[in-house]
Amino acid sequence: MELTQSNIKKILMDNLLYVVLLFMFVILIIISPAFLSWIVIRDILMQSSTRLIIALGCMFILIVAGADLSGGRVVGLAAVIAGSLAQSSTFYNKFFPMLPELPVIVPVLIAIGIGLLAGFLNGIIVAKLEVNPFIATLGIALVVYGFNCLYFNLPPNNSQPLGGFTKGFSALGGGATLGIPNIIIIAAVCTIIVYLFQRKTCLGKELFAVGGSKDAARVSGINVEKILVLAYSLAGALYGLGGVLEAARTGSATSTYGAGYEMDAIASCVVGGCSLMGGVGSVPGVVVGVLIFNVISYGLTFIGISSYWQNVFKGVIIICAVALDVRKNRKKN
Amino acid sequence: MGTPLLKINHISKSFPGVKALDDISFSVEKGRVHAVMGENGAGKSTLMKCIFGLYHPDEGDIILYGNKCLFSNTRQALDNGISMIHQELQNVPSQNVMENIWIGRIPYKKVISPLRITDEDKMYKDTLALFDKLNLDIDPKKAVKDLSVSTCQLLEIARAVSYNAKLIIMDEPTSSLTDKEAAILFSIIDMLIKSGVSILYISHKIEEVMQISNEVTILRDGTLVGTYKIKDIDSDFLIRSMVGRELTNRFPQRPQNPHLGDVMLKVSHLESAVPGSFSDISFDVKRGEILGIGGLVGAQRTELMESVFGLRPVKNGTIEINGEPVTIKSSGDAIKKKMGLLTEERARTGILGKLSITDNMLVVNQRYNLPRYRKNLIFLNNTLRKSDSREYTKDLSVKTPSIDTQISSLSGGNQQKVLLGRWLMLNPDILILDEPTRGIDVGAKYEIYLIMRKLTSQGKSIIMISSEMPELMGMSDRIMVMCEGHLSGIIDGKTATDEEIMKLASSY
Ligand SMILES: Nc1ncnc2c1ncn2[C@@H]1O[C@H](COP(=O)(O)OP(=O)(O)OP(=O)(O)O)[C@@H](O)[C@H]1O
Ligand SMILES: [Mg+2]
Repeated sequence: MELTQSNIKKILMDNLLYVVLLFMFVILIIISPAFLSWIVIRDILMQSSTRLIIALGCMFILIVAGADLSGGRVVGLAAVIAGSLAQSSTFYNKFFPMLPELPVIVPVLIAIGIGLLAGFLNGIIVAKLEVNPFIATLGIALVVYGFNCLYFNLPPNNSQPLGGFTKGFSALGGGATLGIPNIIIIAAVCTIIVYLFQRKTCLGKELFAVGGSKDAARVSGINVEKILVLAYSLAGALYGLGGVLEAARTGSATSTYGAGYEMDAIASCVVGGCSLMGGVGSVPGVVVGVLIFNVISYGLTFIGISSYWQNVFKGVIIICAVALDVRKNRKKN
Repeated sequence: MGTPLLKINHISKSFPGVKALDDISFSVEKGRVHAVMGENGAGKSTLMKCIFGLYHPDEGDIILYGNKCLFSNTRQALDNGISMIHQELQNVPSQNVMENIWIGRIPYKKVISPLRITDEDKMYKDTLALFDKLNLDIDPKKAVKDLSVSTCQLLEIARAVSYNAKLIIMDEPTSSLTDKEAAILFSIIDMLIKSGVSILYISHKIEEVMQISNEVTILRDGTLVGTYKIKDIDSDFLIRSMVGRELTNRFPQRPQNPHLGDVMLKVSHLESAVPGSFSDISFDVKRGEILGIGGLVGAQRTELMESVFGLRPVKNGTIEINGEPVTIKSSGDAIKKKMGLLTEERARTGILGKLSITDNMLVVNQRYNLPRYRKNLIFLNNTLRKSDSREYTKDLSVKTPSIDTQISSLSGGNQQKVLLGRWLMLNPDILILDEPTRGIDVGAKYEIYLIMRKLTSQGKSIIMISSEMPELMGMSDRIMVMCEGHLSGIIDGKTATDEEIMKLASSY
């Protein structure tokens, strides 16, 4: 294709997200050349990892034209549960003093299972009881947070931050394999699995069908309720994993973990091209959406700009992204 | 004649991958019905949207009362005396009839300025006056979601008229109307013409175009074929100019001695769980048979067939397939019993607007024929999905730049073909078609009739709900006529007459 001016403009518009991400990187490097280093990039990727896993969950919800306000609280519950079951036997202040040291997989699976259960409940309430998803997931968020606080406050812990995780558990968040941090590897694997699921399986396709038009999907023999429950459950499981990694990465867990993460996840998805009306959303888009937000927060801190400004920037970006998207879509139709 | 009301000058418009309109010019005189005809995807709707300010033409002018005007939004078009009935319904289902009519123009009364509240009384009276003028019998306070598709269409007509426009664009207004309601529309058009309003009228129905219009402009593949006075031409000429070839028959020959097989589907004493819908309906369809279902609005034909297909709850009655009683609680159950249903409301229950042609076509088959599309235990074979989709797109001659195109950017008739492909792919034993040729051009209609005949010759059964009399009589082996939820009679399709059907259709 010839590189005429209008062609270049079109290519830029079609890949706007990547352009924005690159542009931000270049600006940051110009301001502070030290930004261009493996350490920085590694840190950004590590920070993005949990956020990405949570955002992927959120993407499922947006694709089926749902909403999920419970994400952050489910992350918090999963973090506390995983943390309470992953303490090393030598730690002085154990949540379950008599509990022997468990293999890493046990707390991980239990936490993911709890997340899945919360998501499943969301799904049942939305699909079967036909409660508006905002309300349903707001309710579950409160229930989950309440249980989390109750659990966290059990004696002898009495709401003290959890710590002293086993080596194996901590390695999920802090260790590395062949020089690549494990957490990045886990996020990458999740991303690839979600991508393949979405693009190449029947259920993945049906999520889009349900998001596109519930009535038409029903006529086509799709069990719409089942697909909705599936979307919310998958999201819940991913939140659960996010919580595990958040605890492993920070080496601690409290009941306030994850607060507000659902909003960041929705924002990343929307910036990454998901539509709040359902039926649209891609994994690469969400990846870039998450990266954009993390580059902003890391980058601005790196060049010494107050964290208050970060929120201003984030807010502006969300609005611009959606406004641009609306315009782009209008042109198409 | 003086200056024409509307003059279209060298309009062109392209979309990515298609030149939808290429140098179109014609003019519309005051007080005339000007028909626009052409095959699916010829560019009719696109042209109308250019006039109405929904699309911006790439080139050319639109001249209204001698003034150049290119509207950049529909508000401007409405303010300048142009209103439009869209091809797809534009109602807001959650609101009531009168709110839908006056949408964007709801009357207010001042409480204390600047505080205003809606003036329900005025709105109600205005609506009644409007319906009175148009001879419509619809309750202004009824919720639109409770109305049938055809009543919704009448509502759209009333709304278009309510703007007191000088030019009303009607994009396939009769595609979802029965003859009786179409007659209401024609008398409304008559009244409008007498008061000097002009009408741009799009339709695929040759007879009605010959009957009501004064001129006709024919488009083919985005180019202008010509503008003709109706009195100078005949319907054969129309078809020839549209399709580009001779079309001697409108319906394929009936098979000489159709060999109907055993009973495929038997429905006994079916009663809807919704009060006031249908009750005590019994009928059967044999292998190799086409059962037509006729009736007027409110006959509950769609409700009946959607209930048979498991989409609506039933209270009583039994369904047997191949002599075996079956329970069908969901569309999935029906599909597993090798049934298919092409629904009436394309925009609401048909297309998955944001998905591609391929994803739309395969949405049923990839699940209910999963082994075929499995590459391995987990993944689908996307290459096969695409090649299947390409095959049906080609067989049904869907006009599209590619099979990855989003379905909502196709013309209405082409969307319908994709939906038909969705069900044909499944190769069902019993295919229920609810207004299958709605919005389909004459040439493509014939192709669809051929497909139906081919299916029946393979021993499949077809149930066809249709509001088009010629179609009912031309295709059905038997015609079942319904009236207000009752079965009023089943007659032989070969010998049925208009009068006979109409009489049965209004027998309750
Ligand atoms: N928004 C759009 N984006 C891309 N292509 C479009 C869009 N709208 C229409 N087209 C294309 O323009 C061509 C003309 O479409 P149009 O809807 O005007 O056809 P039509 O004559 O109204 O057909 P029908 O009888 O089926 O309604 C088609 O090939 C269609 O695919
Ligand atoms: Mg059209």
